[in-house]
Amino acid sequence: MEMVKLKINNKDIEVEDGTLILDAAKEISVDIPTLCYHPDQEIKANCRVCVVEVEGQKTLQPACSTVVSDGMVVNTNTPMAREARKINVELLLANHDMSCTTCIRNGNCELQKITAALGIRETRFENILVEQEKDESSPALVRNQNKCIKCGRCIQICAKVQGLSILDYMGRGNGSEVKPAYGKYLNDVNCVACGQCSVVCPVAAITEKEDIERVWDAINDPRKHVIVQTAPAVRVSIGEEFGMEPGSIVTGKLVAALRALGFDEVFDTDFTADLTIIEEGHELLKRIKEGGTLPMLTSCSPGWINFIEQYYPELLPHVSSCKSPQQMFGALAKGYYPEKIGKKAEDIFSVSLMPCTAKKYEAQRSEMCLDGKYPDVDVVLTTRELGRMMGQAGIEFAQLEEEEYDAPFGISTGAAVIFGATGGVMEAALRTVYEVVTGKTLEALDFNAVRGLEGIKEASVDLDGMQVNVMVAHSLSKARQVMEMIKSGEASKYAFIEIMCCPGGCIGGGGQPYGVTDELRQRRIDAIYEADAKLPFRKSHENPAVNTLYDEYLKEPLGEQSHHLLHTHYFDRKS
Amino acid sequence: MDNIEKKLLTKRFGQIDPLSIDDYIAKDGYAALQKAVKITPAKIVDSVKASGLLGRGGAAYPVGLKMEAVQKAKSPEKYLICNADEGEPGNFKDRYLMENDPHQIIEGMVISAFAAGATKGYMFIRGEYSRPIYIMTNAIKAAAEKGYLGQNILDSGLNFEIELYTGAGSYVCGEEFALMLCLEGNPGRSTFKPPFPTTEGLYNKPTQINNVESFANIPHIVLDGAEAFAKIGTEHSKGTKLISLCGNVRSKGLYEVPFGVTIRDIIEKLGRGVAGSGIKMVQLGGASGSCLPANMLGLALDYKEMADDDLTFGSGAIIVMDDSIDVLDIVRNTLEFFRHESCGKCTPCREGIEHLVILLDKFIEGVATKKDLELLETLIETIKQTSICGLGQAAPTSLRTTLKYFRKEYTSKIKKHHAKVI
Repeated sequence: MEMVKLKINNKDIEVEDGTLILDAAKEISVDIPTLCYHPDQEIKANCRVCVVEVEGQKTLQPACSTVVSDGMVVNTNTPMAREARKINVELLLANHDMSCTTCIRNGNCELQKITAALGIRETRFENILVEQEKDESSPALVRNQNKCIKCGRCIQICAKVQGLSILDYMGRGNGSEVKPAYGKYLNDVNCVACGQCSVVCPVAAITEKEDIERVWDAINDPRKHVIVQTAPAVRVSIGEEFGMEPGSIVTGKLVAALRALGFDEVFDTDFTADLTIIEEGHELLKRIKEGGTLPMLTSCSPGWINFIEQYYPELLPHVSSCKSPQQMFGALAKGYYPEKIGKKAEDIFSVSLMPCTAKKYEAQRSEMCLDGKYPDVDVVLTTRELGRMMGQAGIEFAQLEEEEYDAPFGISTGAAVIFGATGGVMEAALRTVYEVVTGKTLEALDFNAVRGLEGIKEASVDLDGMQVNVMVAHSLSKARQVMEMIKSGEASKYAFIEIMCCPGGCIGGGGQPYGVTDELRQRRIDAIYEADAKLPFRKSHENPAVNTLYDEYLKEPLGEQSHHLLHTHYFDRKS
Repeated sequence: MDNIEKKLLTKRFGQIDPLSIDDYIAKDGYAALQKAVKITPAKIVDSVKASGLLGRGGAAYPVGLKMEAVQKAKSPEKYLICNADEGEPGNFKDRYLMENDPHQIIEGMVISAFAAGATKGYMFIRGEYSRPIYIMTNAIKAAAEKGYLGQNILDSGLNFEIELYTGAGSYVCGEEFALMLCLEGNPGRSTFKPPFPTTEGLYNKPTQINNVESFANIPHIVLDGAEAFAKIGTEHSKGTKLISLCGNVRSKGLYEVPFGVTIRDIIEKLGRGVAGSGIKMVQLGGASGSCLPANMLGLALDYKEMADDDLTFGSGAIIVMDDSIDVLDIVRNTLEFFRHESCGKCTPCREGIEHLVILLDKFIEGVATKKDLELLETLIETIKQTSICGLGQAAPTSLRTTLKYFRKEYTSKIKKHHAKVI
């Protein structure tokens, strides 16, 4: 790579050709403020906040889109650049709902941060916001047009990463808005509720639907026995909500915090993740043996299920009939657990802590309900909501002593933990299927071929002479590629395909802490595998509590009870 | 009265039937193309560079340099676009060119395609221009029938077709990046640059995009030679310029003049002056252009002379306003136009123009303060400095230049704070 010499703020530096001014400035420890810029996205250059002076240019240049050149002289901190940044931010503020103190993003809003960083003490422009109704049609997400600053990050992640383009610009000039097509409600378009838009939104223009109050109400209701399940991915991300290093494994603190919040029992979705592996693994073997529809597709990711139901319903027979771990847990919580502890289903309030917004959608599906009356999962909280709930309770998360999950639904294996990362379900399944089929002990547990952030991964496993080809995809743009491969017959050699809706898998979910980049996703993934490696049991079929559940209640994988509680069916929702 | 006109691009106007290719051929039509295909593309590029032809769309970038950049770019596909999305209020020269001599433009495009190595051409015509669309459609068809478009044009080995595309009424589509996005089927919105079209243009391929008038000049440069062409005009501005003269002048219309004539001569000698008591203000270039007072009309039509005064004349409109007009009213009107036409992509243009109008209204209503004036000037500078495209950057020009040349119109309307209360 050729090097380029330039001067930034009177300092000589040498950087690789093709470097953006923004990145070059970082070399001399200058952090140019940005707003629409996102390190994982294409350059948009529309907020015009990162402008700098470049000698010889008639106008200020955006540092996020301007590439350095040899001999360039850049000044980032001139009166003109400072004033222009301020004006552009003030213009955004003048068309923004300024009720910051009561905003869901208060404290972690990028517009707020930049306003503070630029030292804006007044907005000199009249506020011209024409207030619009919030779109609360979706059970998972809330769109608040009054907060939108038209940066386009949500549009880009929906189009480029998820391949859906649910949101796009409408109108022009000051009437330009970011909305679903024809200004429809989010629930009336083919949105999959993945919430990736909410993760990249710098403000509160699109957020998770907050369900905290419903949980407090249940906790404060003496008639309710409130239980909570925690998804695998949350234990490696919730620490970020409290300023801990990304990738911190905080399982024990999480349990302690949930108990401190007042949950009666703290259980683990990992328990039903192990259960999923047993059921799904046997379903796969059955399909292989009996000539069922192959490749079989995983079913744990509700954003992905929404996708295939709405975009590729003709391929639904490929999807495993297993409920997701959340819903398996919910079904047990209402259908098995009450009896075990001498309570009724209506006394149980089942909360699920998820890295995911689509889980909120999944939980309210009518088929995920006991006797049509008691939802298997009453409320889904995202990682971000739990962080806020702890804040409300004054819990100092980082200082908490570690505690253990409650038995029996708190017992799990490393195979369940890795559900949180792309490739994890596949790896967990292979660990079990191998031993079930071959009867031999699997020595090398790490299936590295299916790990990591590459969009589509594949592996081939020898099950005592039977070669099984598997594929793993994450993000819906990749899922779409896989669907097309299945339709064209290109995927016929694969027996089993794991699909996760969000980039990186659940650790990159739509309900996870803000500030996600690929680098951060990788750190969470590393933590997931570290947590797996530390556990005494690393194969789902070794989970003693799961085995007890089969002995006492379910009897056998794919048996009658399983069919009733743990399996589901899907709908063609294309139209 | 001496005639200051110089008819080059308009010389066939009225002499030929625009629907007849034979009329055009009878008046030296396609002779330049015949000549061009016998010389090398590199020599045509050299000739266009030597002619000093600057782009007539407003930005005045050397046409030869664009042509050369596309010629040198390595790509199996290269595109040529004629920007006929003439949407700047006050301008109608491209309409006249298309309506009166369509083949001159096509000939310019085919020569350019031969020089630049373009494989496909597009003509992007403003949707409201129904007559030019009709005439150009007819002309493209006729040119193809005669073999001036199509496969192996005049045995030169050049394969080149022109596809006509009409806009849907958005001003910003005249901006080249928005235009190309629109051609690709996207909403017409500006985008950041570089890369420039000559390296990554339409469908990310090297693209030469020029204004109608720029292409119309090409046959003359090839036929008469660069030297003859460069003799017309001034040291820094070669050739002729089409002027859309409008406003309160007696003889509105399209005129072709050599560079170097003064604005006053155009208004007085061609436009026969104003009917009212005198000229109050002249806006150069169109809605996005500078507003000048009468005492500056001695300025010559010259890119350098104008630039030295921090002025441009855009694509050549001259809007003359007599004493009956109100400066702030006119400025508000132009701002309203930009408010409507902003694509909404970047903050300063999308949000800033709204506030220009709000602040200006304070002056119009007589409630502005000194602080408002300061803020207005800071905002103008920010919009000019930080908008993503030329449209946004130029949107406050009328406001900026009237604040400079008609400052009293504003300061006289600032609220007096120490008014005596009796």
